[in-house]
Amino acid sequence: MAGQTPKNPEKHATYLPKEKTSSKPFHDTPMLDQLVDGPWPSFVTGLKRLASDNNMMVDLLGQLEHSYKTRIGYWKGGTVSVFGYGGGIIPRFTELMDDKGKPMFPESREFHTVRVQPPAGNHYSTDMLRKLSNSWNKYGSGLIAFHGQTGNIMFIGTTTDNTQLFFDEINGYGWDLGGAGPCVRTGMSCVGAARCEQSCTNEIKVHRSLVNNFLDDMHRPALPYKFKFKVSGCPNDCMNSIQRSDFAVIGTWRDDMQVDQDEVKKIVAEKGRKNIIDNVISRCPTNALSLNDDDTLEVDNRNCVRCMHCINVMTKALSPGKDHGVSILLGGKRTLKIGDTMGTVIVPFMKLETDEDYEKLVELAEEIIDFWAENALEHERVGETVDRIGLANFLEGIDIEVEPNMITHPRTSNYVRMDDWDQEAAKWKERKAAN
Amino acid sequence: MAQPAHEYPVESGVPDGMQFLHPTMLKNFGNWKYHDRPRPGVLHHVAHSGDEVWTVRVGTQRQLGPYEINLICDIIDNYADGYVRFSIRSNLEIMVDKEEKVAPLIQAFEDAGYPVGGTGNSITMISHTQGWLHCDIPGTDASGVVKAMMDELHKEFVSEQMPNRVHITTSCCQINCGGQGDIAINIQHTKPPKINHDLVANVCERPSVVARCPVAAIRPAIVNGKPSLEVDEKKCICCGACFPPCPPMQINDPDHSKLAVWVGGKHSNARSKPMFHKLVAAGIPNNPPRWPEATKIVLNILDKYKNDAKDWERVGDWVERIGWPRFFELTELPFTKYHIDNWRGARNSLNASTHIRF
Repeated sequence: MAGQTPKNPEKHATYLPKEKTSSKPFHDTPMLDQLVDGPWPSFVTGLKRLASDNNMMVDLLGQLEHSYKTRIGYWKGGTVSVFGYGGGIIPRFTELMDDKGKPMFPESREFHTVRVQPPAGNHYSTDMLRKLSNSWNKYGSGLIAFHGQTGNIMFIGTTTDNTQLFFDEINGYGWDLGGAGPCVRTGMSCVGAARCEQSCTNEIKVHRSLVNNFLDDMHRPALPYKFKFKVSGCPNDCMNSIQRSDFAVIGTWRDDMQVDQDEVKKIVAEKGRKNIIDNVISRCPTNALSLNDDDTLEVDNRNCVRCMHCINVMTKALSPGKDHGVSILLGGKRTLKIGDTMGTVIVPFMKLETDEDYEKLVELAEEIIDFWAENALEHERVGETVDRIGLANFLEGIDIEVEPNMITHPRTSNYVRMDDWDQEAAKWKERKAAN
Repeated sequence: MAQPAHEYPVESGVPDGMQFLHPTMLKNFGNWKYHDRPRPGVLHHVAHSGDEVWTVRVGTQRQLGPYEINLICDIIDNYADGYVRFSIRSNLEIMVDKEEKVAPLIQAFEDAGYPVGGTGNSITMISHTQGWLHCDIPGTDASGVVKAMMDELHKEFVSEQMPNRVHITTSCCQINCGGQGDIAINIQHTKPPKINHDLVANVCERPSVVARCPVAAIRPAIVNGKPSLEVDEKKCICCGACFPPCPPMQINDPDHSKLAVWVGGKHSNARSKPMFHKLVAAGIPNNPPRWPEATKIVLNILDKYKNDAKDWERVGDWVERIGWPRFFELTELPFTKYHIDNWRGARNSLNASTHIRF
């Protein structure tokens, strides 16, 4: 904490080495220095520690201070990759030149980021963290971001030559590059079944089955635009997959949720009826809950939409059902270019138990990426393709039948041709009869 | 046959998370029963087998060097079991299999200057982009904004006193890599790009740049005898979409790139369906190194939310209940014509009812 003297100043977030071994003197950084103090760990202190034995970081601090002064960024992109791959490196070259056209901060004139895929679920051992840190300290600036917004481990700051050397070393012990550019991107998955009782699927397996099937599409960018997979184990969607991924896989269940009535009674006794009515019963979005006179819970499971609220509040008493599966939503993204879109349900429920189930999931993703790659405009996310051609046409292209879980409500506009209504109605009846 | 210049990479893809799982988590994979939160910053999970794990959540500066990594790993090796994961918001999660390990582990992190918290109804770490440190198109910094705000929010990170969890995001351009948030602080440009016509022909693929514009305001043109691009400045919405494919169309401006604050984004399906965040304040100066004007607005919104929202209401749920007129009344933020959406589908955001609060 600010204002308190650490018990052991040498093992503290605020520690700065007394001795400076980097040969280049520090630049003055009066603005960045104002971000040293305060209770939150300071990235500026971290950068200064690195700069005390690393000339690249001395100059990086110089350029960053210059940005703070002028309120402009000074990095430009370029083309850097490793042998055999077309993407995964974010090249950065300084744009800050002096009067003679020489870099003002030459030691950090090349400052590339290497995007590396994290383990599914972002799990690490301390041994592996130290190993990755040692490799990066050898070939790069030493600075690592855990993690970027797409989910990559970002090894920030190295030269073009060292990019290949670093990648060779970590590729040798099991690490592969992530995506950059118009390609399948690095995926993300929540902690899920590893620690969370609300998990309804094997997030690690879903994440790896999907992404590892598309490594060619990740490492050699040739798609219309980016394509992201995210996996959340339950509808709390901790991976933000509906809004932030093109292909969201979310664990859910289709039988009744599990209720431990003794635990319900205990929590009602502990918190009081009013508390439970106000915070659980009346918060149910479909009014599917009722508190009985004997303080047990009645659940209208046919009308439960698996929102998770009551389960989040009463973690001991309530849990998801046992007939697990996943919902799949397609086409979430932020603004560019048509405005924000959330993912749309294209598969309300599918089982994911057997190898065949997982193969079906991967085949669906292949079908979607193929259809999108063939029909999208340049720089068009899959959600925008759906928007442009209509969901019904998109579903026809990927061979999925329509169903009412895909919509909030049916169309309100009567400006539509419905020449073959009878055939379409017959298809629906046929499918119903087959089930 | 010519030898390849280099060995081909091993396309190993996503590493298996199972190899780095705490043994208790591996043993009970998929068999957890319930969890509770014994104190802020600690999660306690109980498996059907009766096994338990305690998770201590620790805030970081996200950008870590070897000193921090070794410091953190030393603490984990000395006081925990050698396993760690990162949350989506760059918090460390350290798992231990015995309750008596929790207090010394927390003490060790606090002694080393790392805050323990970010669980339940706290304000957790702000989601983080790259900014001036590494991005090629940023209008502002990321780490600096986050550090300045987390210094102010530290006490809400280490306690659980908000009505529900609060996810704050920051973004250095209008692409909004920081994502949706209960509160989002994003760059909003207010002037069209300044074009360096000498460079456009050599640097930019002109048809792609024309196609990138969301409002068709860019067209090819010959300027000073050179092929270039021109912008219809009346149509231009200053979004900056042309800048990444064409860096000579500089959108960032030290004075005219402002910050805007958005509220009510929510990813979870809990209670209401997921929601996007909505504009509440703009024209805020981009003022390094501590961005005090933006922080003041955020603190004000958080204060009103904390006092007025009911338990379990996220910021978006709260505003839905009290209505936007009350939100602007409580926060004393000005309501302007710019709050009224005019993008496609905008009429869906207008009040087509007599549901009006007095």
